[in-house]
Amino acid sequence: MSVLEIVIITLIKVVVIVGTMLVTVAYLVYFERKVSAWAQNRIGPNRVGWHGALQPFADLFKLVLKEDIVPDNADKKIHALAPVIALLVALSTYAVIPFGPDLQIGNYNIPLLVADVNIGVLFILALTSLGVYALTLAGWSSGSKYSLLGGIRSSAQMISYEVSMGFSVVGVLLLSESLRPVAIVESQSGWMWNAIVQPIGFITFLVSAFAETNRLPFDLPEAEPELVGGFHTEYSSTKFAGFFLAEYANMIIASAFIVTLYLGGWQIPYIDKLGLSPILETILCFGAFLFKMALLLFFFLWVRWSLPRFRYDQLMNLGWKVMFPLSLINIIWVAALIMIFGM
Amino acid sequence: METKAKRRRIKDLNFWEKIYVPEIIKGLSLTLRTMFKPKFTMEYPEVKFEPTGSYRGRPVLVQEENGVERCVACGLCSRVCPALAIEVQSAETELEKERYPEKFEINMLRCIFCGFCEEVCPEEAIVMSKDYELAFTNREEAIFGKDKLLIPVGKLQDRIDFLRQYK
Repeated sequence: MSVLEIVIITLIKVVVIVGTMLVTVAYLVYFERKVSAWAQNRIGPNRVGWHGALQPFADLFKLVLKEDIVPDNADKKIHALAPVIALLVALSTYAVIPFGPDLQIGNYNIPLLVADVNIGVLFILALTSLGVYALTLAGWSSGSKYSLLGGIRSSAQMISYEVSMGFSVVGVLLLSESLRPVAIVESQSGWMWNAIVQPIGFITFLVSAFAETNRLPFDLPEAEPELVGGFHTEYSSTKFAGFFLAEYANMIIASAFIVTLYLGGWQIPYIDKLGLSPILETILCFGAFLFKMALLLFFFLWVRWSLPRFRYDQLMNLGWKVMFPLSLINIIWVAALIMIFGM
Repeated sequence: METKAKRRRIKDLNFWEKIYVPEIIKGLSLTLRTMFKPKFTMEYPEVKFEPTGSYRGRPVLVQEENGVERCVACGLCSRVCPALAIEVQSAETELEKERYPEKFEINMLRCIFCGFCEEVCPEEAIVMSKDYELAFTNREEAIFGKDKLLIPVGKLQDRIDFLRQYK
């Protein structure tokens, strides 16, 4: 392939991924409202469009039309910068997630990811931890005590969960011997999914992902009943929409990341035994990836409407006294597996 | 004495409760089961709530089958009304009841739906209806005159039966 072709194909992939991501975010908000309604014996939004299908666009329209209010004693520049950071971080992590195996069209061999980076996992971890700057800066620059408390909480929460998250990933890396997302997926062939091989690591990572995306039961930076709206109390209109979008985009990236690391990525066990044509197999694998992601996203929503919020000290206890030792035990477990079975 | 210290308190969790996971699964399964249960939502403008006789909607005047109101304009309702929402002006009539309300107005912005007017009425002439859809766009519209207040007795039978049984 010539350089021009590579550039064009990459651009197409970027546009497609960002486009579908934005639509997915919109419908994730819709499904969040639907799931919350179902869990409470209600119907949920059903007025705008067929079964409320146009509701997310109505919501977005409303948000954009609202007046943008900036508090007097806010640090105006940082106040405006924070949602930009949140969005930037949330959108850029999609680049290294492999959505499927290579697609063969004619002579072209197109990998279904934007950038096949050697340090993909590190890239995602780095960017998602940058995301906390958005919340902290938003809380700090708003000039409101509730926002400040939310910002402080988000940074404290990040510190206590990033550690166990990193250690859980170490278990995966020991087995795959690579930081390339594609290599990690390929190391989980058949039923050798990391969720099955190292269940403790899977659980610690999942819990850390909840904390990382600020979802209930760990949504302390927002904590509506205690902090009004936490870090986004003083945000309105488009800037608030930015945070809103980033939160749901982070959820999608977290579930895609969990699928890649622990649930075998795009792989369907024993699909090569069926003898399907390569292109059909690619499409099925891509579908499998989306299906696993959708299940995880549903799990995110489902947990939100089942569990109450943790208290601040309970969160710290769980992070340092439970998740941290568990993730260390997981490393020992994986190391022992490798030593005994030479995997 | 020593048994008291050993007694298990409610906040003491056992091992399985302490490791959270089984309890979380319990909670999740509860919400999942709830998701498939029938919904309670009533889709209001299409489906309307039909109250029973005990419901206190807006107060109305009973209109007999011959088209005359039962009210004899004694003014007790307006006297008892705690929100001063009722205004009655009586006049004489050739009919057997001798007096009738020339003007009967209820200010629905003041009415608090307490039902005292209905309780005090000696003729069962003012009763609370099942009507709960009260929307107006200005203050003048909120004052209901006889044209809006008179309702045929047949439509109010539920409430009248209820009153005869429990009042």
